[in-house]
Amino acid sequence: MAEEVLLFGAWASPYSHRVEMALKLKGVEYKYVEEDLANKSPSLLKYNPIHKKVPVLVHNGNPIVESQVILEYINETWPGYPLLPKDPYERAIARFWAKFIDDKCLLAIFKASWGEEKEREKAAEEVPEFLNHLENELKEKRFFGGESIGMVDIVANFISFWVGAFEEAFGSELLTREKFPKLTNWTHQFVNNTVVKESLPPRDKLVAYLRNRFGGRNVSK
Amino acid sequence: MAKSDVKLLGAWSSPFVMRARIALNIKSVDYEYQEENWLVSKSELLLKSNPIHKKVPVLIHADNPMCESLIIVQYIDEVWSSGPSILPSDPYDRATARFWSAYIDDKWFPSMIAFFWGQEEDAKKAAIAQMEEGLVLLEEAFGKCSKGKAFFGGDRIGFLDIAFGCFLGSLRVTEKAGGIELLSETKTPSLSKWAERFSSDIAVKELISDTDKLAEFGKKLQAKMTANN
Repeated sequence: MAEEVLLFGAWASPYSHRVEMALKLKGVEYKYVEEDLANKSPSLLKYNPIHKKVPVLVHNGNPIVESQVILEYINETWPGYPLLPKDPYERAIARFWAKFIDDKCLLAIFKASWGEEKEREKAAEEVPEFLNHLENELKEKRFFGGESIGMVDIVANFISFWVGAFEEAFGSELLTREKFPKLTNWTHQFVNNTVVKESLPPRDKLVAYLRNRFGGRNVSK
Repeated sequence: MAKSDVKLLGAWSSPFVMRARIALNIKSVDYEYQEENWLVSKSELLLKSNPIHKKVPVLIHADNPMCESLIIVQYIDEVWSSGPSILPSDPYDRATARFWSAYIDDKWFPSMIAFFWGQEEDAKKAAIAQMEEGLVLLEEAFGKCSKGKAFFGGDRIGFLDIAFGCFLGSLRVTEKAGGIELLSETKTPSLSKWAERFSSDIAVKELISDTDKLAEFGKKLQAKMTANN
């Protein structure tokens, strides 16, 4: 039986792009289905009834949801390019950073940028603190994964590209070379990687989308 | 492994610490346990080993510290590979177990927190409703994951059993505090029976805390947090 791999995604979603990056790094052939998040398809609602979100990976009819769960699944199902280190301790550290990025960094960036008034100030203080932890974790490595891109780099995709687009859309400054030289270098290495480049949305389109979607609210600088 | 090679920093009241301890028990790992009296003060070792979050559990193995309960459980499963498996072997079953653990941590447990810290009746009622909704989903998930066997993990306790079972104590405290039944033979028949099996399992038994003791601790925690605000 031929293998069937479907990915339900949304062009502006960093979460959905994470999965695309992973599938491409593994050389997995897949069919991409673009979802209009304002008008979700019956298939999406069938495959992800609880969260009703993208991305959803459907492998031979079996749905997997939540981007980090999907990344682990991809890593375990298809051999070849390792998304996680082999050593259990290094793996635990990689998983720690992936969790930190989603639970703390991204949450703080969202709140600082377009959260409720009362949450914004605290979040704005947290963002540089959290980015600093990532800056320190990079040390002298090219990528969080070492010489090559790994799961942590993929999960940090938001920081590499979406933050830049957001900064352009609203003239704000979150990630500067002065404050975060290593993270800035990493950003360039990451977005210029051949596979990653293919998996990124068009920059101008994303900037316009962000302006349109979040421009109405007071955006902090 | 020499006992001192494996050290766990924990707190008796923490369901997250319980996860790590259950995993170590399943693998019959000899370890040194250090109780952190975190309401009063955090030890040097804790602050050094988990500088970002400053929380328990922290597993220190051969001087390598790691944190986040489910990450620790996966590490234990991978390192002590000769012991009974904690995560399922099939990647899809693994993804299912991870999905539900993430659901429990990101959606279900926060409703329990919302109940405890909620000031108004409405907020508390909404939190309970969310918990009940979650339990219905988990009852269904149990059916699918267990495939007719005793635990989410099959014949033996696995990852999802650990991820969810650690909250049984807090669940009982919530039931008492709210004067409600969350896990019951009528509402959640499978989970009800599973809860009994889980709590009496040899890897779990000794770690179960008395409900009243937990409730008392919860009150102390509430008092301290309110005082700090």
